[in-house]
Amino acid sequence: MTAPLLEAVGVRKTFPGVVALDGVTLRVGRGEVLAIVGENGAGKSTLMKIVAGVYQPDAGEITFDGRPVTFAGPAAAMAAGISLIHQELNLAENLSVLDNLFLGREPAVGGWVRLLTRAATIPPGKALLARVGLPDDLLHARVADLAPGQKQLVEIARALGLDAKLLIMDEPTSSLTQKETDRLYEVIAGLRAAGVSVLYISHRLAEVRRIADRAVVLRDGRNAGELARADVTHDNLVRMMVGRDLKQFFRHSHGKPAGDPVLTLTDVRYAGGPPHPASLTVRAGEVVGMAGLVGAGRTELSEAVFGLRRITAGVVAVRGRPVTVRRPADAIAAGVFLVPEDRRLNGLVLEAGVGFNLSLPNLDRLNTAGWVNTRAETELVAVTIGRLRVKTPDAAQPVGLLSGGNQQKVVFGKWLARGPQVLILDEPTRGVDVGAKAEIYALIDELAGRGVGVWMITSDMEELLGVSDRVVVMHEGRIAGELARGQLGEEAVMKLATGGGGA
Amino acid sequence: MIRIAGVFFLLVGLYAALISSNPNAAGRSNLFEVANTQGFYGIITLGAALLIVTGGIDLSIGSVIGLGSVLFGILMLEGVPPPVAMLLTVGGGAGIGLAHGLLVTRLKLQAFLVTLCGLFVYRGLARSLTSNSIGLDRIKKTQPDFAATLDGMRYWLTGEDPTKGLVFPGEFVLLLGLAVIAGLFLHKTVYGRYWYAIGYNDRAAAYSGIDVNRHRVVTFVVCSSLAALGGALWLLSYSDANPDSAGQSYELYAITGAVLGGCSLRGGEGTAVGIVLGAMVLPVLNNLLIFLKVRDTYMPIVIGLTLLFGTLIDEFFRRRGRAAR
Repeated sequence: MTAPLLEAVGVRKTFPGVVALDGVTLRVGRGEVLAIVGENGAGKSTLMKIVAGVYQPDAGEITFDGRPVTFAGPAAAMAAGISLIHQELNLAENLSVLDNLFLGREPAVGGWVRLLTRAATIPPGKALLARVGLPDDLLHARVADLAPGQKQLVEIARALGLDAKLLIMDEPTSSLTQKETDRLYEVIAGLRAAGVSVLYISHRLAEVRRIADRAVVLRDGRNAGELARADVTHDNLVRMMVGRDLKQFFRHSHGKPAGDPVLTLTDVRYAGGPPHPASLTVRAGEVVGMAGLVGAGRTELSEAVFGLRRITAGVVAVRGRPVTVRRPADAIAAGVFLVPEDRRLNGLVLEAGVGFNLSLPNLDRLNTAGWVNTRAETELVAVTIGRLRVKTPDAAQPVGLLSGGNQQKVVFGKWLARGPQVLILDEPTRGVDVGAKAEIYALIDELAGRGVGVWMITSDMEELLGVSDRVVVMHEGRIAGELARGQLGEEAVMKLATGGGGA
Repeated sequence: MIRIAGVFFLLVGLYAALISSNPNAAGRSNLFEVANTQGFYGIITLGAALLIVTGGIDLSIGSVIGLGSVLFGILMLEGVPPPVAMLLTVGGGAGIGLAHGLLVTRLKLQAFLVTLCGLFVYRGLARSLTSNSIGLDRIKKTQPDFAATLDGMRYWLTGEDPTKGLVFPGEFVLLLGLAVIAGLFLHKTVYGRYWYAIGYNDRAAAYSGIDVNRHRVVTFVVCSSLAALGGALWLLSYSDANPDSAGQSYELYAITGAVLGGCSLRGGEGTAVGIVLGAMVLPVLNNLLIFLKVRDTYMPIVIGLTLLFGTLIDEFFRRRGRAAR
């Protein structure tokens, strides 16, 4: 192997009270796609930010392109050829694709007047779009009008325009459809062929297996090992990430036959929804997985059932009794609870404490004539934290400071005390590390075992196949088909999800 | 806690400076005067702050004070007994708040814009009701029966005695009473908890089953009702309600007090104690500047810089808190 493009040795970074990285070593070859894997809090993002110049390491040496470097900031790293593709996309949404490609380095004439010479950017702009496989005619489109996957490719194109030798991508596929994801994989393969290196953070193990030449595993801010392409297997990765074997990743012990229907949707339509109605049955003690591409209308349907979208036709029944759901409080009163897709936006009050969040939907019970019953509240919070093993110093800790997995446990915990009949889970393990994932699966299994009907919307194929008793697939707002556990398989699901069900 | 300590020590410093500036400044009558002004500021600040806690804003407070003071006077001139007139005035404020709340929640208009329109409309309404000032003297002359009741209300609500002058800072006492209610509400009841949740993240609140819109409407009603109460107090304490100037710019003083007291305009933050302390800053600062013989002209500069200073300190602690993660 020739000299690596990037070599970081003994990198250490501390934040007040936390050692984020402790002597981490990282080598990236030229034209190599290197996956960085690890649980949340393992230090992946910190390491990426150090490489990209966002943070400065406390100790350690970084060599890039044969020279020792210390980046004063992201701009310096970018000038050297390292571009960070942000998890939250970093484009000026109101400007055109072309303007974004050349943002900050617009060719201009007229001295300090800096008159834009946009025409001069069109040919190189087209060339950049071609490198990421986007059509020319997108050049003048407003970024805000693009699909998430296209935005991501525009960002990559922008980095290529800056002659990036190393691209850093932090969970780039977390908001992409399957098609967009495939497209991104192709682009990455093309970049590799052109000698561009890619550092790739991912929670999706199947993805790592598919695109990475090598995977480096971090655990608790240290190197936990690395795997060559041939050795990248689910078991190997998970063992390194958590430092032990996870015997039962997907728990499926609630095997008894499903009971009576707890939630029945009959020809339901909702405001702003598709013209065709949807029907769905969730039985007691059953986990119904719902698959579909992003935009298939799964989240929207669940939001309608939870009272967040106005239902215009059809019947929602809980335990056979029709309920009128006008607002979330109606659904909650009927025992139907939602763990929303975007926990930071919809599930949690990030600035407030764990206890505040856990008690929030239960305050209607934890009070005497409107006064908060502090003792009952403290007890509820303590019981929930213990039951879900939420890792938090205390109940007052702001939820926003917890790891993704612990945040998600808090969102679950908000509802547990109310004795759910139906639990709607929307992407229950997105952005959750492997250890917490296993705990969440065990919890879902336990709830189903106690007769809760679980409706689980997920885009994670392993999760869908591993956890569901039955899978319902949506395609363009319509229930495209249903698969019993015996019929489950990736191909069967994808066929229905892409509209190839025939029926 | 840090914010409360900060504004508390700021107040201690201001009082120390005031007392040492001039022997008259430390006198009981001056301190009572200051306290009464603080009471008035505090009452309208309380309304603004409760709204700000939930992430709202009201720019029409000053105009509602103006309209309230004029309406209170006119109602009495027309023969409505003073206590009833006061209730009607506060009720009118509640109506204004209800309108704001419904426009913001049902039609999804921005609170900033709705209340900015209100700022113009209510001032104009006040002017259209009367072109001249309405004085207590004129009311007493027109409705001699009301004189005793008015003096009584004046005594109990502002501490002003017809012969002995200011006997106790009545408006400050009223503020303390209202602040205790607000504090219990914010910190001890379920609804207060909901308000903080709405202020921090109204979507998470909605997903938790809280009827966010209804609570928002209530906050607007509370804010405008307290502003209208302020209007009635204005007439009682200054003996005069001028449709052009009564309450002018007071929305800005209220917002300033709330922010100094630890409320964040992003919502979700603020405590009853902090709000009261924050509202106490401007009146004592104003009084200090008078005793230091600083020209009136410079007053707005000092207010502006005080608020900027408070915001800087807030930002400083916020960043330090964030870095500590």
